[in-house]
Amino acid sequence: MNKPIRTAPIDIAVVGLGKMGLSHFSMVNAHPLANTVACDGAGFMVDVLSRNVSAPIHKDYDKMLAETKLDAVVIATPSRLHAPMVRAALDRGLHVFCEKPFCLDWSDGMALADLAEAKGVVNQVGYHYRYVGAFREMKRILDTGALGRVTHVLAEAYGPVVLRPKRATWRTQKEEGGGCLYDYAAHPLNLLNWFFGAPSRVTGSALVSVFSEGTDDQVMSTVQWPDGPTAQLSVNWSDESYRKMSTKITIVGTNGRLYADRQECQLYLRERHDALPDYVAGWNVKYTTELTEDAWFYLRGEEYSGQLDDFITAVAERKTAAAENSFRSAAETDRVMAMILENAETGQPVGEAQAPAAKPARRGFFGFGGR
Amino acid sequence: MAQMDRLLFGDNQFFGINHMSEEKARAQAMRFQETQAIMDVLDVAYDAGIRTFACTTHDRIAQVAERVRADPARYADFTFYPCMPYAHKYANAVTEHGMMGALREFMPKDGLFATALTGARTLATKEVEGIEKVLIDMEMKMFRGTKTPVIFMQNVFVDLLLGMGFTRAFRIFHDHVKTEYGAEPGYITMNMPMLLDALEREGIERPIICSNINKIGFRMSGGYDAYLDALRSGRVRAIAMSVYASGAIPADEAIHWISELPGVESILFGASSAANIHGTKALVDRYMGREAAA
Repeated sequence: MNKPIRTAPIDIAVVGLGKMGLSHFSMVNAHPLANTVACDGAGFMVDVLSRNVSAPIHKDYDKMLAETKLDAVVIATPSRLHAPMVRAALDRGLHVFCEKPFCLDWSDGMALADLAEAKGVVNQVGYHYRYVGAFREMKRILDTGALGRVTHVLAEAYGPVVLRPKRATWRTQKEEGGGCLYDYAAHPLNLLNWFFGAPSRVTGSALVSVFSEGTDDQVMSTVQWPDGPTAQLSVNWSDESYRKMSTKITIVGTNGRLYADRQECQLYLRERHDALPDYVAGWNVKYTTELTEDAWFYLRGEEYSGQLDDFITAVAERKTAAAENSFRSAAETDRVMAMILENAETGQPVGEAQAPAAKPARRGFFGFGGR
Repeated sequence: MAQMDRLLFGDNQFFGINHMSEEKARAQAMRFQETQAIMDVLDVAYDAGIRTFACTTHDRIAQVAERVRADPARYADFTFYPCMPYAHKYANAVTEHGMMGALREFMPKDGLFATALTGARTLATKEVEGIEKVLIDMEMKMFRGTKTPVIFMQNVFVDLLLGMGFTRAFRIFHDHVKTEYGAEPGYITMNMPMLLDALEREGIERPIICSNINKIGFRMSGGYDAYLDALRSGRVRAIAMSVYASGAIPADEAIHWISELPGVESILFGASSAANIHGTKALVDRYMGREAAA
């Protein structure tokens, strides 16, 4: 932890004890500023935990909201439940951290962003790649303009999630928010939103099933920004050659080439740039070791700890907005996924090309909506 | 209490784990595809006097144990420190089968707990304990007939349980490893000071804890100073890993710094080349020499 803590602890509930929820519970419960409870309807985990940990485990979300004094909730339930559960928490004036993808219907996400902003509560979504040192460095470099005019982007994610035909879970049902698009592609798309804002046009999308019956296992798409770059998206969660999920972004501009994954950030500069005094012309490499800040508690990567630390600290310090990954920014990513779905289904380009009279504003109404 | 060797050999390099670069990780995965390539490196280490191999319970390690068992003359002093479980094996199973399904997947199909895990009823406290013991036994199967004087719980599990406050699992592990295997329990963690406190609350004194300990404080969660305080207190038998912080610290400087810390009994390192193995061994002999005399 970098800064001394001077604020009082907050009361926080972690809701949903599945794969992500369990690790969120572990990290939140270990945070010095958090008095933690958990909540899950399912039997086994609730059962084992309630007899082995000291944090109270609730079984009914609405009852818990009604009866327990809380400042904040962390929602890590299946995606389809995000919108109603987030709304219930916001209605009670609670700060909310929600797992990604935010809402399956992006207009729900925008409405919840409006509500959270009106309530003045901290609202954040778990797009943890924005907390990876190498991607933060990539963002910093892009923002200096050192790359020149960015023209060419490749956004990739690969990993070994679905490797054979198998029994369905919510993660493999499209209606439940499962599938490679929502689970995997959401991450590189969210990074592209961070770097370039909302895209104006999506073409060439293919959502392909390899092993899954109910949903997609690979995603391809071409995403374009007005007066900006064209990005190629290539995502596959049925690739056993990867030990675990690997997300990588390559960006080519008129003054060089920038690449980042979780481990390192590589920059080739054609000419040295004044805004990057620590980078030379030619190749530069920075590794996780130097780009990483230690977490108060490490479970599965600094980025997971870092995003929760930001959320808890913002709530404890009575902030009214998150440092990163606001509902609004996450809803923007939900919208891009909706564009890809529509494009894949209809085969028709989605975005500006369909409605040439649309506003020329760079970020459409998403960056400035509701103001 | 048995002394641990000063230098322990790890296995990350064999399984495509590299904290610096995905490219290097892939190159390593290619190189070590055949078990013979792993054995060749282990032989170099063993012949250099590094007798302990701290390894995850990865399927491939079963083949290494097989080779060691098959040649007792060659590997008379070869010692395994099993580290369980291999986290990705479980994580992938949870993705594929769900939490309960994954658990069933790793239990003996006809065993006592197969029925308990149908989810039809509440598990008794005793059963949770029994399940943990059976899981340990399943992981230990591949090491039958080899020396395993220290048995570790892997960091992802340790830290997940630690964060949740499910520390009773550490006690169950401790007792089972001692009584069933006559071995010392060890714990790998990224949060050493916090774990030490938790283990002491479970009545486990002077535990063997393996954690990152390096001069630049890389991944020493809970803070550099808290680590040094814990080491100086004499309450922990520490094993230092990531001593080079993935290459960020020059080797000589890194080992020299570690050698002056109280409480560090051993260093765990991984390497793929004879030069790096011999280099680290020479530095450890020079700064922490005990093996030379042993």
